[in-house]
Amino acid sequence: MKLTGENIIEVENLVKRFGSFTAVDNISFQVRKGEVFGFLGANGAGKTTAIKMLIGLWSPTSGKANVAGFNLFTEAEQIRKNIGYMAQRFSLYEDLTVIENIQFYGGIYGLRKNILKERAEELISELGMESFRKELIKNIPLGWKQKLALSVAMIHKPKIVFLDEPTSGVDPITRRQFWDLIYNAAEKGTTVFVTTHYMDESEYCDRVSIMVDGRIEALDTPVQLKKQFNAESMDEVFLKLARPTEVSSKQ
Amino acid sequence: MNERVIATNITKSFRSTKALDDVSFSVNEGELFGFIGPDGAGKSTLFRILTTVMNADSGDALVDGFHLKDEIAIRSRVGYMPGKFSLYPDLSVQENLEFFAKVFGTTVQENYSIIKEIYVQLEPFKDRRAGKLSGGMKQKLALCCALIHKPRVLFLDEPTTGVDPVSRREFWEMLGRLKQSGLTILVSTPYMDEASRCDRVALIQKGKILDIDPPGVITKKFPLHVIAVKSDNMQKLRKDILKVEDAESVYGFGEFLHITMKKENSSTEKIESLLKQQGHQHIEVKIIEAGIEDCFMHLMEHNKN
Repeated sequence: MKLTGENIIEVENLVKRFGSFTAVDNISFQVRKGEVFGFLGANGAGKTTAIKMLIGLWSPTSGKANVAGFNLFTEAEQIRKNIGYMAQRFSLYEDLTVIENIQFYGGIYGLRKNILKERAEELISELGMESFRKELIKNIPLGWKQKLALSVAMIHKPKIVFLDEPTSGVDPITRRQFWDLIYNAAEKGTTVFVTTHYMDESEYCDRVSIMVDGRIEALDTPVQLKKQFNAESMDEVFLKLARPTEVSSKQ
Repeated sequence: MNERVIATNITKSFRSTKALDDVSFSVNEGELFGFIGPDGAGKSTLFRILTTVMNADSGDALVDGFHLKDEIAIRSRVGYMPGKFSLYPDLSVQENLEFFAKVFGTTVQENYSIIKEIYVQLEPFKDRRAGKLSGGMKQKLALCCALIHKPRVLFLDEPTTGVDPVSRREFWEMLGRLKQSGLTILVSTPYMDEASRCDRVALIQKGKILDIDPPGVITKKFPLHVIAVKSDNMQKLRKDILKVEDAESVYGFGEFLHITMKKENSSTEKIESLLKQQGHQHIEVKIIEAGIEDCFMHLMEHNKN
């Protein structure tokens, strides 16, 4: 497989097996540069396993994949340097201050001291967080935490940022503000790869894939998916895909 | 009406943070009552206090007729499923269930009818260690363990958080059937769309109850018009919509934007012609009924001050 340059993620026949269990079953898809790509699926459908492979944490059983221009099998280290990752629960250290968190993550991503110092200041003023600078994370409001967590995940200016349920449990206003941040990132050219259980949020994605039992059963724009499944909403699309038997037979 | 839970002026602080600020409400017998609010709203603290796992700083409650200080009486009358999985991971499914039955001085056989519908789905795995179950199965087991002593009031703390929409739906269908048996159920959730499954809900944010009513009443009370708007260019629409005069708020709602406006000011024609001027096509503008999420955001903004 050749990297065309248009696609920031290219996956072909990717498989991950744990013993006799196939968690990711031969998936193929592409994500375009600058796209907001929604990665949906029921619990246990294989999303997390797929993401862990794409960010270079777990090695696939078989298949091909390029992420951010690097081969997943031979250049996982390079991939990790060129992507950002934000998990919902442990992305910031509660007992470190705002500035300490920024410095810590910048260090992990290998930013040099002088660059990091500059970037940290830039980031704090961009976010308007000057007054929180020396505040412990556990003392700042959730909305700010989310903003900071996303910015920190992108402090090394990655080509792609992976967001794993970034808005879970967040109040409805903060949740929407977070999507504004996602759009900002995408406008600046960062590709956003995001998972969510909020089906209204899937509407905000350029394209959405839906995993069922380890396979990608659908992939398209929200508008096309609704057409394809003759559904009013993405919620209905999801329901039809994730529990097809229930909808058709009402057993 | 027979009230199973009556909470009066419950307040609880953790250092400088007020987790619960003068919370009062009551839940009727056989009611499915939802606490809807984001993380940090105080839902878990409230449930811990009502199940006597934690003490309030001030205020009191009657739970099935007993004051909070009657810990032993209350504990035998309530079932509590905490947000975090808290069964014994090294015990099997069956052992967990037997353990919880024994602690409350009963047996699985005696109350099997209550859990039967849920437990049949677990039965094929009854010898598996609880820690090795899938998320959905763990949840079902936790529910069985919370029910096995035949409680009069069931507390479920965020049973559907992080759960996909289809499994969430199944869980609520299960709760609906449990309710049929007359059980009083208090459930908390951050998902606004789940409000419609409850008889009544309390919208809760930063330790304060913003409103309590049946979900249909809360949405009917919404004082503004909600206007749903979409066009062929949603990115541009997000910016152009800010030019609409008299808009109180603009928020994304799936494929639409929702604008709220005072009823006397709202005009779908005006919005439509403005968007046409801005070059939008396939414009859709319609006044719709407010949803719980519209209401929640409205209440949040009006409680800021």
